[in-house]
Amino acid sequence: MALDEIKIGGLGASRRRVEDNRFIRGKGQYVDDIVLPGMLHMEILRSPVAHARIKSIDVSAAWEIPGVRLVLTGEMMAARNLAWMPTLSYDTQAVLATDKVRFQGQEVAAVIADDPYIAKDACQKIVVEYEMLPAIVNPNQAKAANAPLIRDDKENQPTNKIFDWEIGDKAGTDKAFAEADKVSKIELHYPRSHPSPLESCGSIADFNRATGKLTVYMTTQAPHIIRAAVAMVAELPEHMIRIVSPDLGGGFGNKVPVYPGYVISILASILTERPVKWIEDKSGNLISTGFGRDVYLEGEMALRKDGKILGVRMHTISDHGAFYADAQPSKFKIGLMHSAFACYDIPAAHLTATGYYTNKAPGGVAYRCSFRVTEAMFFQERMVQAAADDLGIDQAEFRRMNFVKDDMFPYRTAFGFLTDSGQYAKCLDIGLEAIGYKNFKAEQEEARKRGRLLGIGISTMTEPLGAGNSREYDIIGIKMFDSAELRVHMTGKALLRTGAKSQGQGHETTWAQIVAHELGIPAEDVVVEEGDTDTAPFGMGTYASRSTPVAGAAVAMVARKIRAKARKIAAHLLEVSEEDIEWELGRFYVRSNQERGVTIQDCALAAYSNMPDGLEPGLENNAYYDPPNLTWPFAAYIAKVEIDPETGVWDVLKMVAVDDCGVRINPMIVEGQIMGGLTEAYAMASMQYITFDEEGNCIGSNFMDYLLPTAWETPGFELHEVVTPCPHHPIGAKGIGECATVGGPAAFVNAVMNAIHHTGVRNVDMPLMPNRVYEAIQTGKDISGMPPVKSGD
Amino acid sequence: MTSLYDEVAPTPPSDVPTRRITVSVNGEPRTLDVEPRLLLAHMLRQGLKLTGTHTGCDTTNCGACTVLFDGRPIKSCTMLAVQADGHEVETVEGLASASELHPIQEGFKQEHGLHCGFCTPGMMLAAKALLDKNNNPTEDEVRWALSGNLCRCTGYQNIVKSVLWAAEKMRAESN
Repeated sequence: MALDEIKIGGLGASRRRVEDNRFIRGKGQYVDDIVLPGMLHMEILRSPVAHARIKSIDVSAAWEIPGVRLVLTGEMMAARNLAWMPTLSYDTQAVLATDKVRFQGQEVAAVIADDPYIAKDACQKIVVEYEMLPAIVNPNQAKAANAPLIRDDKENQPTNKIFDWEIGDKAGTDKAFAEADKVSKIELHYPRSHPSPLESCGSIADFNRATGKLTVYMTTQAPHIIRAAVAMVAELPEHMIRIVSPDLGGGFGNKVPVYPGYVISILASILTERPVKWIEDKSGNLISTGFGRDVYLEGEMALRKDGKILGVRMHTISDHGAFYADAQPSKFKIGLMHSAFACYDIPAAHLTATGYYTNKAPGGVAYRCSFRVTEAMFFQERMVQAAADDLGIDQAEFRRMNFVKDDMFPYRTAFGFLTDSGQYAKCLDIGLEAIGYKNFKAEQEEARKRGRLLGIGISTMTEPLGAGNSREYDIIGIKMFDSAELRVHMTGKALLRTGAKSQGQGHETTWAQIVAHELGIPAEDVVVEEGDTDTAPFGMGTYASRSTPVAGAAVAMVARKIRAKARKIAAHLLEVSEEDIEWELGRFYVRSNQERGVTIQDCALAAYSNMPDGLEPGLENNAYYDPPNLTWPFAAYIAKVEIDPETGVWDVLKMVAVDDCGVRINPMIVEGQIMGGLTEAYAMASMQYITFDEEGNCIGSNFMDYLLPTAWETPGFELHEVVTPCPHHPIGAKGIGECATVGGPAAFVNAVMNAIHHTGVRNVDMPLMPNRVYEAIQTGKDISGMPPVKSGD
Repeated sequence: MTSLYDEVAPTPPSDVPTRRITVSVNGEPRTLDVEPRLLLAHMLRQGLKLTGTHTGCDTTNCGACTVLFDGRPIKSCTMLAVQADGHEVETVEGLASASELHPIQEGFKQEHGLHCGFCTPGMMLAAKALLDKNNNPTEDEVRWALSGNLCRCTGYQNIVKSVLWAAEKMRAESN
């Protein structure tokens, strides 16, 4: 008899998480929990100003503090050719500043001491003399004719512009606009935000002079990319570098880039021949590590009066800070911004994008997002609402009429992506039903008569998850495939390793479920390991919702290789030919006699004790998976809000999420990802942003100034499910981790805009803080575009 | 010891003042010589190797370092170790007995109340402080009691469910 898949923890089982057993006991092992014998501690001195020339650095007083073992400056790094390092976007970034500081919080010096208190004391004793330069804090200033040049370290960099980029059909789009009955426009700023995993970044570098081997325990979502980068930067041979990413206290894209602190700790360990631990404090994390967003988006939509979208034009201006340091596929300068409008059937589209350096921390990491699709989907859904309003067509009806229909897949979008599958209208209808859309207009009218402001906001989108196929997606030239290695022991228990790296997604639980599905080995018999480059197969790590689409596919594929070999062993044990054997979950049997069979565990034992002649012993294999395409989940997020017109405070009355991410491996975990994503969407819409004053001081350098939602503010969520299996993924799954963060913000903003539509206001930029909403209601004017930045503002 | 980190220092600075303190940690009296400026969170993590107490934000905002201090939840990243002299501290390591999980720990696992696990110890201790006083809280009471603790992964809904799951079990056990 075939096994009951749910009982063995296979696909579709809401299996309780394996990793929880250590976390609920406080026995997780994060970087800061690791203590190595003889370990020293490192602290970084950061620049207090945004743009200044370094005239002198005096470290002599720091050396005099007992317990200080090493003080490093840019000059000392430069002597070892380590003052600068390459970024993941083919730029360079200062490790320790030599010539200038280019943002507040930039790394200037480092102290290595017996304990972190001493290291902090010594940092205070370092005297740096700065000659102030004017700071540039937005792209408008960066492109001004007389703007100071931020990257005067680079050759062939006469201005502050990083790139110009263009994609789409310009002529076709021009034609669409010429034929339009109506053109609708919108201009938005997606403000700078910080992913802020609760655990900051950190590393322990341990260089062993005797063996020549460097081991680095560090907070990274992509250990193998880091190994490649360290090999380049530190000029160490790759086989002498071991990167270990232990338990991570969240990532959200913040732990993808290479940060100066990692590199400094490595050099410090090489110089002191002791392990060196660097644990970033929260302020250091907030002011110096990968930001998200900070993009100005403007565009217009060509419309036929019956509601058909004829074409779209977009222009984006992105603020990347002082170093272009985020990871992007090299082909796409602004990431996957051109995934905008993928769920709509639009004949022509054209996008131009420009990126600038500013005196802000290196930004533009994909914060819980696949290479800037968050900004793309936000623009899309704000534009769609504006267009529906301008045409006087119902917002839900306008979407439904322009959706790519169920029978149009695979569908080539106007920007050239090939979407794979979906049931868009069905998802929307489920969401509308759940929120009570049918009677809403009457309810809204009625409420308004009594002075209450109600609004419903819709956001529907499909996004490209699972980078990617090797034809188009790479990081620093390394193609974005992923991997899995499976060893089935003789008792039928198994060890699985992948090139991904969980930061809370629950891979130890879900990967085992894929093995259970493919082989019938109970999930509890499969242990999963990730994050150690000496043991894990080469992979590109976990971000961009790519684990299930790519590494998860590799897990299925390696399990199938194991099953193919087990089939040969089964034939040998059953004394029949392979062709006469059938598979059911967990068991091979003779086609003519279902009673006669052997389990996968019988085959595993035989692989080590009774293998057929000519067959290699053992039962292990690996798989490298290069996906044929991205996966395209769809989501409909619908928020209902009420605004207090006296204060501008808005409350979420109901939030409905309908997600179609294909086959769900573990529904409990999928729902957990969606709720987490919705919360970050709410956070960005309502409170979470980091801004700068005109001198480049970061406003939001700690959790007192940078607001994050707690259990008290966060609304409840109602989740619904539609399943359209991915046609090209081995188990039909699509990415999900980031959908709600990507699609959610527009639902909240659209809801607030819907509630105040009668005032004539078309846009208030995020975050929708009460004072902004109040001002918009009072004045009837938009609050958008590039805000003036004043000191202390 | 002059510093909790001095096991790695071959020549510990001799002029650092220390103070002897005795703190009851998870029911066991612990006597240590600490620098007056040492934070309670660091005493627990480095001095006593109780690394389940995490430091997240350093400014009393995130609650990853929450421990129970004479039964009340406090942020150990902004309390000095010397302030704990003569007091009782309970950390996540004290929640489970040798054979049995605390209902709150079980609740977090059953209701998927955690993803990355970094906020979990502090969350569970804040929840324990609530449930020790009130084992039949409303959802709003749970949300308010946890509002000093940040989670970046879960969206809180399942954390709230976890605490309510634990409350139900605790009520059943007390009957």
